[in-house]
Amino acid sequence: MIARSGSKRWVAAADAAARKAGVRIGMPAAKAQAIFHGLMLVDADPTADAAALERITLWALGQYSPVVAVDAPDGIVMDTEGADHLQGGEPLMVTGIANRFRAKKLSARVAIADTWGAAHACARATRDETVIVPIGETVRAVERLPLAMLRLSPKIVGDLHTLGFKTIGELSATPRAPLALRFGPEIGRRLDQMFGRIREPIDPIRTPDLIEVSRVFGEPIGAAETIDKYVGYLIIRLVAELQRQGLGVRRTDLIVGKVDGTRQAVRAGTAKPSRDIAWLKKLFRDKRETIEPGFGIEKLTLVAVRTEPLEEVQKASALVDEDLPDITPLIDILGNRGQRVYRVAPVASDVPERSVARIAATSEIATETWVHHWPRPVRLLAKPDRIDAIALMPDYPPASITWRGRKMKVMRADGPERVFGEWWRRDGELDAVRDYFIVEGEGGERLWIFRRGDGVDPATGSREWFVHGIFA
Amino acid sequence: MVYGDANLVISELRERIQHLEGPSSRRKKVLPFGVPDIDDRLPGGGLAYGALHEFAGGGAGTVDGAVAALFAAGVAARTRGQIVWCLARPDLFFPALAQAGLHPSRVIFVESANEDDVIANMEECLGYGGVGAVVGELVRLPMTKSRRLQLAAEKTGTMGLVVRRWRRQTEANDFGQPTAATTRWRVSVAPSVELPVPGVGRAQWFLELMRVKAGECAEYFVGACDAKGRINLSTRSADRPYQAGRSIYSR
Repeated sequence: MIARSGSKRWVAAADAAARKAGVRIGMPAAKAQAIFHGLMLVDADPTADAAALERITLWALGQYSPVVAVDAPDGIVMDTEGADHLQGGEPLMVTGIANRFRAKKLSARVAIADTWGAAHACARATRDETVIVPIGETVRAVERLPLAMLRLSPKIVGDLHTLGFKTIGELSATPRAPLALRFGPEIGRRLDQMFGRIREPIDPIRTPDLIEVSRVFGEPIGAAETIDKYVGYLIIRLVAELQRQGLGVRRTDLIVGKVDGTRQAVRAGTAKPSRDIAWLKKLFRDKRETIEPGFGIEKLTLVAVRTEPLEEVQKASALVDEDLPDITPLIDILGNRGQRVYRVAPVASDVPERSVARIAATSEIATETWVHHWPRPVRLLAKPDRIDAIALMPDYPPASITWRGRKMKVMRADGPERVFGEWWRRDGELDAVRDYFIVEGEGGERLWIFRRGDGVDPATGSREWFVHGIFA
Repeated sequence: MVYGDANLVISELRERIQHLEGPSSRRKKVLPFGVPDIDDRLPGGGLAYGALHEFAGGGAGTVDGAVAALFAAGVAARTRGQIVWCLARPDLFFPALAQAGLHPSRVIFVESANEDDVIANMEECLGYGGVGAVVGELVRLPMTKSRRLQLAAEKTGTMGLVVRRWRRQTEANDFGQPTAATTRWRVSVAPSVELPVPGVGRAQWFLELMRVKAGECAEYFVGACDAKGRINLSTRSADRPYQAGRSIYSR
């Protein structure tokens, strides 16, 4: 990427291969061409970049967090507090973001920290794809980072380098007054923002097609009941607007503007598009305790971030059997609490641990179920437990087994049920065989055990015995 | 005639007491086991809807909770509507539950990180109503928590089923602590039904009714859940001492 200003042309960005060849950002274009013959030069297009970044930002708004803004020129900043649980927690969220970008052949660096400043610095300084700075560990995370990460103008950074400062930690340990005298208040402000000593609200990006209702209060409000009441009014207005457009809401954000200029956002997701006032009210009532009114709330804004068409459906009148109540609201309540809600569905596989798949709780209800001629255990051990067994080869069940230090005499047994490896999944499973047996001890305890291999051909398995499940 | 008069007085009194007790006790519906010997011991003739029922395993079943879970699944399979299964340790193998008559499309799993969340989720689901039964796998069930669950169940008429499983077998004496559950059961494995050929027959359980409100304790030998989740009284062949040499594998 070559940027130009007047007749000056310099390298604005370089990919990994070019960097390996010695091309550095900021280098004159002619020099880069001289270093490596046949270097591909592409003119930078800042307006297209900015437009693309804005598109990504809008996508992130619908996907990840209610408060998302462009962190120009090359980043996106999100306030994910209270929104990460919809993605399964912070670690899953950051890896999810990185993977989404990788799927589009883009490389992204994702960092979560207490403050915008710290996250900005960590995301740009790290070599890893994802960084999560634990709460309260900001100082430790940023003190060794170079000054350029402090969002100061290049001139100030250059002057500070001349004075011998290299890292953010060194700069923050220096008395403020001389720095302020020499460089103005900018350095102090950026440092305070990074360490969370002064607030830095994120001004969220908005598009005209978002459905948004808000209410400004002349006198700040703070009591829980009052908040509930006005959120209720906003929901009624939002639903009326959705009704007019024939939409149902999937993600709704409540943005709370406080007297001291800070913002807090609360997000609620629903599993199906909805226009149900009572249901939305209940979701926000559950979240109310996370709202901190501080000195008072000036403005409440309710935004329908993700909407889907919701048509009225005519239902057949129930003459014979009453239909079962819809429990999607219950799924939403549990999901918004951060619990994992799912159904299970059969998978056509003979390998027990692969025969069950988790699917979304609201997915289309499948009618098929498992078809087994053999009984299956109620509890399946996540990792089969190695046991010692005394058995007659090749196809007799063991006469006794020792599991977790306890010897069990096998009174009755059934088997073998042979399960073949699935060679279409992994080459190593081409010959693999497991022989499953049901064994019952003297007290009636029933276990599901298997032997690796068919007991004759060593290529099929090592003939070791394992416990895999517990029958009822 | 005198006898009839007394009956009238008593039934009138009953009605008045029921009126005082509030709406919870009036619409008592039950889910019978279909086994007369068991249903006769339970007030109303079966497991009450709108109540909490507790199941624990015996022996090694206190830790794995396999039998208790299958017994609860059998009860849940015979209700109508969706089942919510709250758990913290996801080691349930669903094909086994499907073999007890619980179709996968009927069950929603709610997995939490800790015990307290499991109880809170159960309470939410019981209070929501509209589901057939709510099953929860719990280690600890203190009196106050169980009371809350019982009240939430009474409010909506949903059946709450608690499967108790402990971390260690020695911790299982915790089951001696009282809870507000309407019935408390202990289910232990027993040797399976003998077959005339080598093999494992239908599983049998030793079912102990440890506590029931307005009823008496009882013990049964039952055959495990069939494909519709029903149990039956076994013919007690499992009571007899095991005679060696019946199975060719036990020589």
